[in-house]
Amino acid sequence: MSTDATQRAAQGAALAPNGYVGFARRYWLWLAGIAAALLVPWLFFDWGTHRHSGFVLTMLSEIGLMSVFALSFNMQMGQAGLLSFGHAILFGLGGYVTAHTLNAIKAGSMWLPTELVPLAGGVGGLIFGAAFGYVATKQRATAFAMITMGLGELVAACALMFMGFFGGEGGISTDRVIDTSLFGIPYSSSWQVYCLVVAWTAIAAILMRLQTQTPLGRMANACRDNFERAQFVGYDPRMVRFYQFALSGFFAGIGGALYVLVYEIVTFDTVAAAKSATALLATYIGGAGTFFGPVLGTIVVVLLQSGVSLLSNAWLLYVGVLFIIMVMYAPGGMMGIVAQHAPIARIGRLGELVVPYVRLLAPGLLAVLGFVLLVELASFITIGAAQGKDFKIGRVVIDPHAALPWVAAAAALLGAGLWLRLESRLFRIRWDALIADAKAKGAML
Amino acid sequence: MEVFLVSLLNGLVYGMLLFMLASGLTLILSMMGVLNFAHASAYMLGAYFAFTISQHIGFWPALVLAPLLCGLIGAAIEMYGLRRVHRNGHIAELLFTFGLALIIEKVVQMTWGLIPVPYRIPEGLDFPLFTVYGTQFPAYRAFMLLISALMFAAIWLGLTRTRIGLIIQAALTHPDMVGALGHNVPRVFTTVFAAGTALAGLAGVIGGNYQVTEPAMAFTMGPIVFVVVVVGGLGSLTGCFVASLLMGLIQTFAVVLDYSLADLLKWFGLTVTSTTPFHEVLTVPLPRIGALLPYILLVLILVFRPRGLMGTRET
Repeated sequence: MSTDATQRAAQGAALAPNGYVGFARRYWLWLAGIAAALLVPWLFFDWGTHRHSGFVLTMLSEIGLMSVFALSFNMQMGQAGLLSFGHAILFGLGGYVTAHTLNAIKAGSMWLPTELVPLAGGVGGLIFGAAFGYVATKQRATAFAMITMGLGELVAACALMFMGFFGGEGGISTDRVIDTSLFGIPYSSSWQVYCLVVAWTAIAAILMRLQTQTPLGRMANACRDNFERAQFVGYDPRMVRFYQFALSGFFAGIGGALYVLVYEIVTFDTVAAAKSATALLATYIGGAGTFFGPVLGTIVVVLLQSGVSLLSNAWLLYVGVLFIIMVMYAPGGMMGIVAQHAPIARIGRLGELVVPYVRLLAPGLLAVLGFVLLVELASFITIGAAQGKDFKIGRVVIDPHAALPWVAAAAALLGAGLWLRLESRLFRIRWDALIADAKAKGAML
Repeated sequence: MEVFLVSLLNGLVYGMLLFMLASGLTLILSMMGVLNFAHASAYMLGAYFAFTISQHIGFWPALVLAPLLCGLIGAAIEMYGLRRVHRNGHIAELLFTFGLALIIEKVVQMTWGLIPVPYRIPEGLDFPLFTVYGTQFPAYRAFMLLISALMFAAIWLGLTRTRIGLIIQAALTHPDMVGALGHNVPRVFTTVFAAGTALAGLAGVIGGNYQVTEPAMAFTMGPIVFVVVVVGGLGSLTGCFVASLLMGLIQTFAVVLDYSLADLLKWFGLTVTSTTPFHEVLTVPLPRIGALLPYILLVLILVFRPRGLMGTRET
């Protein structure tokens, strides 16, 4: 898949005019992403008080740093086929190293510009990545997954045990205002930190993109697809896995460093299994097979996490269900679904899918509504009751103990499910016809 | 001596509980190659089902009904979920069970609440059976030992003396050949998956009131069970049995032996003070390291002896 991408990029380079226009045409997705990251906060700018919305800035920062984390996770999973259940230890340990570095700079025992502090986290992640990678990359596939799980549990337990480095349950607090900026920026406001996060997210993402085109990145793909053959050609798959693991540790460490700069504290949550799971969920939902998949997945997961968690206790359930649906029906993730449309777009018949999609939308939305209602009813009986909350939609208070909402929700889910089945069968016929046409016209790659 | 004997008994009880969980998992993993993350979730479901059933009908019906329910859920998962995902490879199957474990935890939280439920030992078994050096040994632990020993015997006889058991044993090592001989391997898979899940449910029924029945119990138990399976080795029930007892004994003895590396160094005439490098690591007492031991063992085994203690092939 990435071979296709390079081929197409090469073709694009040959066709595109040189100069700024060519540059903009080739890298429009990157430019649009950076522009969006810098413009979106202004949509929520409060012109009355001349302040940025703190919630939005924190959420966008979280998207940025988690994107770096998920991309570094995909360096292992997507590129090298190494499924890790303990990737957060590299993220978290990078964070701890950053926190100690910041404290040392504040105390005057070392000097580093604020802008370069994420590098400290990266180096920390690289060192720990090399140490853990040496152990974990002796194996591949399932055994690798279990070693990383063991290492993850080990580090998480150590984080609560050793006060000196990890600070126990309280974690390590720090202060990002260290007055060593190269540009004279104090980094006291969250907007200034946000700009730093955007810059480092972009730098890390570009470096990771470039890494996919290096010989190491290519060999990682080769070892993922057929490690015996890669061995036969003369490469040591173990060393390829090791370098890939250590490098991904570097980028995970940068993610951890950004976390520390945003929150000014690092606790054992950052190394815990739940953090590793978030990277896994985000990467898989977005699509592990494409470079931007993890970023897309991170945006979805963080929006659910910070948006839905305000309204509902069950955000993790929604993420889990989305994940299962992706694993079962769309192993390529959201980017994979988009990519499947490419042949149809190439023969110029994408427009014919609009009506079938709209027809899918109605039962789909109804099914989601029924499911969400059922989940929320269940959650308000137990968790909501324990928190003393009422189940409200707008002004209407719904009693989760009454039968009517349950029956309505179940009926909506069941009816919509059956309707969806029917519609998806019709959709399938339409889809197959279009794909067959694309095949006949030679638009499949 | 007193501490030793009591810890030995407790270690046995815990080890046998681990074996009930790990035996199902090792069968599933060796046969189908599926690292089932949702296995410990079945343990949790078993405990919660037993709690609810014992509130309405009583503990003894729950002992039968809860594992059956878990087995049915397991069969459904295998038939409608895993089989579909199977086409996309082992990693996809693993991810599927991982997502399932997440969902089951949330569903349990929403059905029974975030806090532990008061699932208690049945009154008929709530008395001390005998006394060792002044420490009482509860009858319920003896009952747990009895159930797990019975189950071990049943699995053993089932696998070695029945026709389906022989097919399962053959499918452990040569699944393709068994299929080629005309046996319905997918149905064998479903049976094993359902039986393994039911066993995990049974472990939940008798383990839920021995430990604490709470939504986090699956995620605390899950990794330990993986360790047991890996240490025991793929395709070997005996290895699994030995590893379970080993793990049970390690964890119970680690709690009672209050020593640290500093004490060991004292034997060699070295004293550890607060200025010694790594003094924090050296002075951590064994009870606190106890939680780490299984994972250290897991990493060491996978790196140096990937086939485990008695495994027939590499993980």
